[in-house]
Amino acid sequence: MPKLTIDGRQVEVPANTTIIQAAEVAGVEIPRFCYHERLSIAGNCRMCLVEVEKSPKPVASCAMPVGEGMVVHTRSAKANKAREGVMEFLLINHPLDCPICDQGGECDLQDQAMAYGGDRSRYQENKRAVKDKNMGPLVSTIMTRCIHCTRCVRFATEVAGVPELGATGRGEDMEITSYLEKSLSSELSANVVDLCPVGALTSKPYAFNARPWELRKTESIDVLDALGSSIRIDTRGRDVLRVMPRLNESINEEWLGDKSRHAIDGLRYQRLDRPYIRGANGKLQEASWADAFNAIARRVVGLNGSRIAAIAGDLVDCESMFALKQLMISLGSPNLDCRQDGAALDPSVRASYLFNSTIAGIEEADAILIVGCNPRKEAPVLNARIRKRYLKGGLSISVIGENVDLTYPYHYVGATPDLIANCKPPEGSKKPMLILGQAALARPDGAAILEAARRVAEQTGTIKDGWNGFNVLHTAAARVGGLDLGFVPVADGKDTLGILNGATKGEVEVVYLLGADEIDTSRLGKAFVIYQGHHGDRGAHRADVILPGAAYTEKSGTYVNTEGRAQVAARASFPPGEAKEDWAIIRALSEALSKTLPFDSLDQVRAAMRKATPSLGALDTITKAEWKPFGTAGTISATPFKFSISNYYMTDPISRASPTMAKCTEQFAMGATPRTGTDG
Amino acid sequence: MSVRTLAQKQPASFAFKAEYMERANRVIAKYPKGRQASAVIPLLDLAQRQEGWVSRPAIEEIAKILGMAPIRVLEVATFYTMFSLHPVGRHHVQVCTNLPCQLRGSDAVVKACREKLGCELGETTADGQFTLAEVECSGACVNAPVVQIGDEYFEDVDAASMGKIIDALKRGEKLAHGPQNGRLHSAPAGQRTSLNDAPTPPPKQDLAAAKAAYDKAKAEAAAKAAAPKT
Repeated sequence: MPKLTIDGRQVEVPANTTIIQAAEVAGVEIPRFCYHERLSIAGNCRMCLVEVEKSPKPVASCAMPVGEGMVVHTRSAKANKAREGVMEFLLINHPLDCPICDQGGECDLQDQAMAYGGDRSRYQENKRAVKDKNMGPLVSTIMTRCIHCTRCVRFATEVAGVPELGATGRGEDMEITSYLEKSLSSELSANVVDLCPVGALTSKPYAFNARPWELRKTESIDVLDALGSSIRIDTRGRDVLRVMPRLNESINEEWLGDKSRHAIDGLRYQRLDRPYIRGANGKLQEASWADAFNAIARRVVGLNGSRIAAIAGDLVDCESMFALKQLMISLGSPNLDCRQDGAALDPSVRASYLFNSTIAGIEEADAILIVGCNPRKEAPVLNARIRKRYLKGGLSISVIGENVDLTYPYHYVGATPDLIANCKPPEGSKKPMLILGQAALARPDGAAILEAARRVAEQTGTIKDGWNGFNVLHTAAARVGGLDLGFVPVADGKDTLGILNGATKGEVEVVYLLGADEIDTSRLGKAFVIYQGHHGDRGAHRADVILPGAAYTEKSGTYVNTEGRAQVAARASFPPGEAKEDWAIIRALSEALSKTLPFDSLDQVRAAMRKATPSLGALDTITKAEWKPFGTAGTISATPFKFSISNYYMTDPISRASPTMAKCTEQFAMGATPRTGTDG
Repeated sequence: MSVRTLAQKQPASFAFKAEYMERANRVIAKYPKGRQASAVIPLLDLAQRQEGWVSRPAIEEIAKILGMAPIRVLEVATFYTMFSLHPVGRHHVQVCTNLPCQLRGSDAVVKACREKLGCELGETTADGQFTLAEVECSGACVNAPVVQIGDEYFEDVDAASMGKIIDALKRGEKLAHGPQNGRLHSAPAGQRTSLNDAPTPPPKQDLAAAKAAYDKAKAEAAAKAAAPKT
């Protein structure tokens, strides 16, 4: 391990690290534009020049490997002069439009020009102007501002795996563009906005909305897929203006899917802001909370518990599921389920429904079998992690399911689930992994597929000491929490399918939908439907009583991600109108039903919930789940897998209400429809 | 130089002719497996030789052959100005107008071309036979002014000889390329003005004496190191 001195500080770093990385270890800041620790080294901005003793010229520290006994000066006169020169060159063609630039206030170029640049311009000539490029509905481009760091090009090629961006021309005529100016066909495309050190690529939906210093920043958890990515919610007043990823090495590194980032404008539309009751004329009418509760009480009080049922949706927090479960128990109802899609997940064995290897564990795997799962659509950030592992080499990937572009090459086994029994990782695989998607479980033979997958995992060394590569990838943020809580049929109670069948037949008279929108509401028959949620979506359209709840940015709630990691999302703003936090609605309703639940504050719910399910209290930790037999042996049909997500941009009530996601759907999911030229 | 973009009007498809495909395969075979992308420049050149210019279908075809993303091929094609991204005439007349050529009279050559061809710089004649272009240094300053037509350099041209070259090309004749003023390659025009004397032979080295001196110095150093310190 070479030892070197940086600004008088001795550091020892592994060989083949670069000076800029060593400086990070030593706590010395070196300015940079093109260098990014998760991308390959380009060395083209020259901002990171430092002085190295015995080197005749300043050295680009991002590309220079450390050497034994190197003496580096980052603040010497020579280094400062070099940086000032580089900055002067960068600013030659950079427009002076900071006052109208969205990057203003969080711009690397602005900050570093202040810190390392000169105090005046000597440039008299004309600045160049570059035509703006089309990069789709999420990324707005002002290419005159581009300084050609090529971070976006490297991100698209390396991390997102869609080599569509490039730099054409050269010298002064170099331009960053996508091939034929097509939108970037990646679910991670908006990350280039974060990577861009200047205002060339900015967020289109957020354009000219706010300055960073006006925003209140709340660190929270994303719930629009099941990864529980770390996010920062930026709000001004009640409005959520943007969502940014937060660094979390064990989940999302520093990336975030486009839906998680841009579906938030859906929080402003289609909101349920007051209770509604379906009147005698069949139309929903505005009502007060008391009226709504009375309407429910009239139907529920005195009804046999077996005729009542509850289904929890995909975005629901654990606290409200816990409260609803307590209410259902006190009403004597065994019919409750959190598996809207009818997935054959086995709640009794925790290892059977978790991503056991953890997301970071993907980097250790040497063989991956993906069954009935399209990670690119179901969890783009996780897919980027698989691609990262693939790029390191020595990984064999096999896929059973639809043959789609996953951004890395794989061996395509076939589309039917019966092929799973024959799948073996290549000889010598030490850490094989199996990823089971919801498409494999949410079908009539799901339990048999689960059992077959378990057997394959056990036979191929996927389960062994210190390694459990059996992974279930969820698509719903609430699913693992619901299963942990036991929001599943009690004893011989009905599951989702049973509830829907019962409602059709009239056996179930009251159905409580807690944010459940992904069910076939036409099968609810004549049942009295209570919908509690935040968006006027499928569930609310069918509801007889609507109780307006809070969306994930408006309440503090526990979510468990697909790995089984419990995390608490924070409240960034307040629910609109008369909407309330969900646990509080259930608590208030319980009083109206004379079954008052024993908690009066969020802390008390949480304490009771954690007492009942201790894993929900162990925040941000992974508890290894015990491996036990699960699944039910049975015949597996030869019906090919059909992926659970057909349109990545619209999977839940929030993204369905989002105009930005609608634009993305039009552009990416609906296929290329030729423009006639008259439709703008 | 200006921003180089793809031509508006593009052919529907591109395919290498058998002869060019064979040459392309020979180039690709030079690189180790997995490094075929290295053949991108020769293949672009072959496409240009076949069609006269590099079209979008050609870029996509080359990307397919080499297993690259089309944008990677486009990057290369736009980087090198010698790839024409727009259709050019049968004879691509490229006049160098950089400093040495200009000092030696390239302005007159450009004027002669414009008058003879009836088109401006960057334009193609109406009959599609000639494209006139102004290029940066062609790297033959010793024979300035230089005009490149197709693969050939016409050197030491002036307005008169330029006119003759164009006339000959119009008649479909093939002219001798190289200096147009009777010079042999880049030998002096007229009499030699320097290097008239016989060259001075290199100084003779007495290698034996040098070795002896070196050995002596080495022995002295060794003795000094071995001597006890006082």
